[in-house]
Amino acid sequence: MHVHAAPIATPAVRFAGVVRHFGTVRAVDGVDLSIAPGEFFAMLGPSGSGKTTCLRLIAGFEQPDAGHIEIFGETVEGLPPYRRAVNTVFQDYALFPHLSVGENVAYGLRVRGIGRTDRDRMARDALAMVKLAGMEARRPAQLSGGQRQRVALARALVVRPKVLLLDEPLGALDLKLREEMQSELKGLQRALGLTFVFVTHDQSEALSMADRVAVFNEGRIVQVGPPEEVYERPATRFVARFVGSANVLEASQAQALGGPARPSSLRPEKIALLAPGAPAPEGASLIEARVTEVSYQGPVRRVSVLSADGLALTAAIPAAAAGVMAGASVRLAVPAGAVRAMEGEE
Amino acid sequence: MSLATLDLPAPREGLLRRLSDILVRRARLLTLLLLVPPLLWLGLVYLGSLFVFLGQSIFSIDEFSGTIVREPTTATLLELFRPANFDIVLRTVGIASAVTLLCAVIAFPIAYYAARYAGPKVKAAFYLAVMMPLWSSYLVKVYGWKLLLAREGAIGWLAGKLGLGGALEAWLALPLVGGPSLSVSYTGMVLTFTYLWLPFMILPVQAALERVPPHLIEAAGDLGAAPGLVFRTVILPLAMPGVVAGGIFTFSLTLGDYIVPQIIGTSALVLGQAVYTLQGTAGNIPLAAAFSLVPILVMAVFLTLAKRTGAFDAL
Repeated sequence: MHVHAAPIATPAVRFAGVVRHFGTVRAVDGVDLSIAPGEFFAMLGPSGSGKTTCLRLIAGFEQPDAGHIEIFGETVEGLPPYRRAVNTVFQDYALFPHLSVGENVAYGLRVRGIGRTDRDRMARDALAMVKLAGMEARRPAQLSGGQRQRVALARALVVRPKVLLLDEPLGALDLKLREEMQSELKGLQRALGLTFVFVTHDQSEALSMADRVAVFNEGRIVQVGPPEEVYERPATRFVARFVGSANVLEASQAQALGGPARPSSLRPEKIALLAPGAPAPEGASLIEARVTEVSYQGPVRRVSVLSADGLALTAAIPAAAAGVMAGASVRLAVPAGAVRAMEGEE
Repeated sequence: MSLATLDLPAPREGLLRRLSDILVRRARLLTLLLLVPPLLWLGLVYLGSLFVFLGQSIFSIDEFSGTIVREPTTATLLELFRPANFDIVLRTVGIASAVTLLCAVIAFPIAYYAARYAGPKVKAAFYLAVMMPLWSSYLVKVYGWKLLLAREGAIGWLAGKLGLGGALEAWLALPLVGGPSLSVSYTGMVLTFTYLWLPFMILPVQAALERVPPHLIEAAGDLGAAPGLVFRTVILPLAMPGVVAGGIFTFSLTLGDYIVPQIIGTSALVLGQAVYTLQGTAGNIPLAAAFSLVPILVMAVFLTLAKRTGAFDAL
């Protein structure tokens, strides 16, 4: 079957119609996927959406019940994890408690039969790369969460995988560390030119790190694309709500707000609050509404409103805006082009 | 009626609630109250009498009158090193080592299956199956094994049916482990002990294996280790504290037992029998005390060796 023209390069990872079920639950329900070499690829979705199972299918911890998986052109169905050139950074890091940090990092080298001096040197270099030089003799239990994360990263990278898999890599870190690790991971990935595939349920993490994002729901991929596209043009109601909680409009509602006559999405931050008496900007649709709920979120306030004709919307307005409280009447403007049709919805 | 307006009556003030107030404020008092009875039991009744008994080993016995000479001497302790006595020590430690090793080898696969593969129902059946032998009388089990091991017993019969009669004869012809029949040989003794103490090995090993996070095993495979290597480098080291804990049971239970050697064993004595006869018929309390020191020292050596080999690294 040749639907596409000759591929530009062999994909790092390719899924074709992959199915995996546990009992009656179809955890992965017909996934097609192609990850380019050197790509930073995010699999985003709520828990139970099949994203982690997909990662485990690449690693070899799970085998598909149907479909086909390739890693750099090589068929891997039936191959156990220890025969695959991919490595995993586990969510709980999975460091060996009975081994020192240095021995943990050198583990993959040791099982490959690399001599002690060589593997010690390589482990030292790998630890230096993740800014943990000199920590070789410590035990994992003596490290902080962020440090353990780095050891897990060094341990996976030292064996030079073709694809690095990261399972919720930043899930257990606090906010400050998480932001730090985000940019560091991104930097490492660029410097090494490696393919990174990471799983997350945090949309901001996926948007900020990935070159491309695949959004999972109920065992299927509902949208794949660069972060801007997924965020700006959600293809389905699910994507619109899950990625950045957009407003979902029915065809008639979309049309009334100057959009196409199709189910559409409207980002809360696109909606502007008009000062009393101020005219609506050119081309914008005006909504008279009553505030039902306000929640303060630091830089913005999320304001839920109910319009005169019964449309419930959420708007994100600058937190400094005055006079917005539950029960207040407000005028909102929806700029032209802000209402966008969802391609995957009829 | 809204929940906010609902007034619940305040709980009644009683003596117990006031007592709780005191104990909540003074957590140490509670700890003390909880620990005093067991500490009294362990400290005074158990350790106290143990040390009084062991203390006897620095006395000696008058060979003519058979009375205890209450003068400190090392003679009794040195008597342990006389060939006849030292043989008893070596024999017992040898049997206990064999039993512990055999228990570990048999227990590990069972414990591994129960810890990693068994579902809830199978696990319940597993616990039942492991514990059930402990509900029946020790003596019944030992005599049961005597019958199994006897020349005309089930094991001999089965070996004959399988055409292994010759192999059994060859084994019995071996020095040390052999004997006129399995039921009066060290082999039989070790088999019986292994059966008796197996639950005490399975349960701690199973608990240790259950605590090995499945992710660690996946991580080892992910890093390129084939299953055999994963077992050697990750699973076994992490299960070692459980094996050592089980070993403490099987080793010390074997060191102290004097009934199995009497029913199954050869005429040569083991530690338990030596202590039993010395303090009973022979009335030589000092030497019995000296013999009783041996298991304690052996266990100390066992634990030190286990620590040396890194068995507790995973704790």
